[in-house]
Amino acid sequence: MKMEEELLAIIEKNSRIDLKELAVILGVAEIDVVNTLQKMEEEGVVCGYHTMINWEKTSIEKVTALIEVRVTPQRGQGFDNIAERIYKYPEVQSVYLISGGYDLLVTLEGKTLREVSSFVSDKLSTLDTVLSTATHFILKKYKDHGTILNLKIEDEREIVTP
Amino acid sequence: MRNPVSDTIVGIKPSGIRKFFDIVTEMNDKDVISLGVGEPDFDTPWHIRDEGIYSLEKGRTFYTGNSGLKELRQEICNYLKRSQGIKYDAVSEVLVTVGGSEAIDIGLRAMCNPGDEVIIPQPSYVSYEPCAILAGAVPVVIDLKEENEFRLTAEELRAAITPKTKVLILPFPNNPTGAIMEKADLEAIREVIIENDIYVMSDEIYSELTYKDKHVSIASLPGMKERTILINGFSKAYAMTGWRLGYACGPEVIIKQMTKIHQFCIMCAPTTSQYAAIEALKNGDDDVANMRTAYNQRRRFLLNAFKEMGIKVFEPYGAFYIFPCIKEFGMTSDEFATRFLAEEKVAAVPGTAFGASGEGFLRISYAYSIDQLREAMKRFARFVEKLRAGN
Repeated sequence: MKMEEELLAIIEKNSRIDLKELAVILGVAEIDVVNTLQKMEEEGVVCGYHTMINWEKTSIEKVTALIEVRVTPQRGQGFDNIAERIYKYPEVQSVYLISGGYDLLVTLEGKTLREVSSFVSDKLSTLDTVLSTATHFILKKYKDHGTILNLKIEDEREIVTP
Repeated sequence: MRNPVSDTIVGIKPSGIRKFFDIVTEMNDKDVISLGVGEPDFDTPWHIRDEGIYSLEKGRTFYTGNSGLKELRQEICNYLKRSQGIKYDAVSEVLVTVGGSEAIDIGLRAMCNPGDEVIIPQPSYVSYEPCAILAGAVPVVIDLKEENEFRLTAEELRAAITPKTKVLILPFPNNPTGAIMEKADLEAIREVIIENDIYVMSDEIYSELTYKDKHVSIASLPGMKERTILINGFSKAYAMTGWRLGYACGPEVIIKQMTKIHQFCIMCAPTTSQYAAIEALKNGDDDVANMRTAYNQRRRFLLNAFKEMGIKVFEPYGAFYIFPCIKEFGMTSDEFATRFLAEEKVAAVPGTAFGASGEGFLRISYAYSIDQLREAMKRFARFVEKLRAGN
């Protein structure tokens, strides 16, 4: 594996890793790690260092919905214009162009069911190019961003084996 | 009453690992960090487990043929062809066994006459010596040297050979030292082997876990396939220790006799495991590569940690062990490991558990997460500091 690829794989799982330790486990000088990271940040390869939170374990209420959106593509713009109009809403978490039965997959986070519903009916559906929407509320998250939630890792191996 | 047990088995020393295991278990302390395991910390990749489950759902709960499923033997041949360039015949030159361990046992039993000598380079895995004795053979130990990075040299081999020598055991990549034998090293001993007309049992269970060049099997060298029993398995490469599945490949004349012992003692290797193993060989290359990358990161982490502490250690290029030298502290490996466990609650296996030449060394396993290793190295540094200060 190339150094950049290995570095990305590590920080994708643990963005808080100590840079000195990162250099050691990659087998390169610390300055190389710093330079590589800086270059990848400038190029937009590394877009941020976020935190994975299991909101269900807090007292804060959150509702997440996946919304399938069918739209009419615009001449000369394709889907880009409509996608931009949608992703500018701060409550929108992600917007993907999808192959298959619909066009855009929008994930939305709100405080309550009502908040999400009114976003869909007042803002999303009323856009000119939107033909239809189908909203799916997430009932429970089992695994998110490659992380199994509520997983307790216990080492069940014998303590000493040949 | 007459003595109910055999003198031969009573004469065999219990494993040094066992003794240390008992000490750790007796402590029964939840804060103990272990660096003592000889098995991967990863779970078997899910697609492989899923094939095992599927085979159970389909009711494939029967015995397989003695040699193992035909499809599995074919996949083993394909694997050895693509990884080592060695061509084995799936019908007559492959035997699927219960782990590499069974292959070691029945291989020695199939090859040795009473009084034949089996050369065992040490430090090495604990079962070669007892298996040789149980096969009626005489173990002849070569004490490998740190200055050679615990590789076997042609001179050492030549000095150990007598007219009675039948088999050389070649345990590389090595447990517990992490040593490997590169192609040039193998070529050097190949001459001695052919010159003296001896056979090789090459235990390559860690072959997928090397961190320099790709592993080279001695069976791939000219004239060696016909005098080598190649042993490998699924435990280390695919994190499948509990599935108990390995294999032996070699000349038909030896495999035939091994299969005879196997059919009387074992019948066949576990069927569920065999179905899972087919999936492992067909679609497991990426998993192996990912695990190898993770082990390599930990290997570099430990090597750096020991160097920072000023502990003498050679760079291991194989398996998942590092073998630091603790001679500067003037204690035996046993004393060091016992005190380290008592005072810092870290379990590391004394090098002597793998042969007398392991004296002065510890086997540190890196089949653990970096977080666990970091904490263990913190304790190691504290312990070393204390010892150097004269306490």
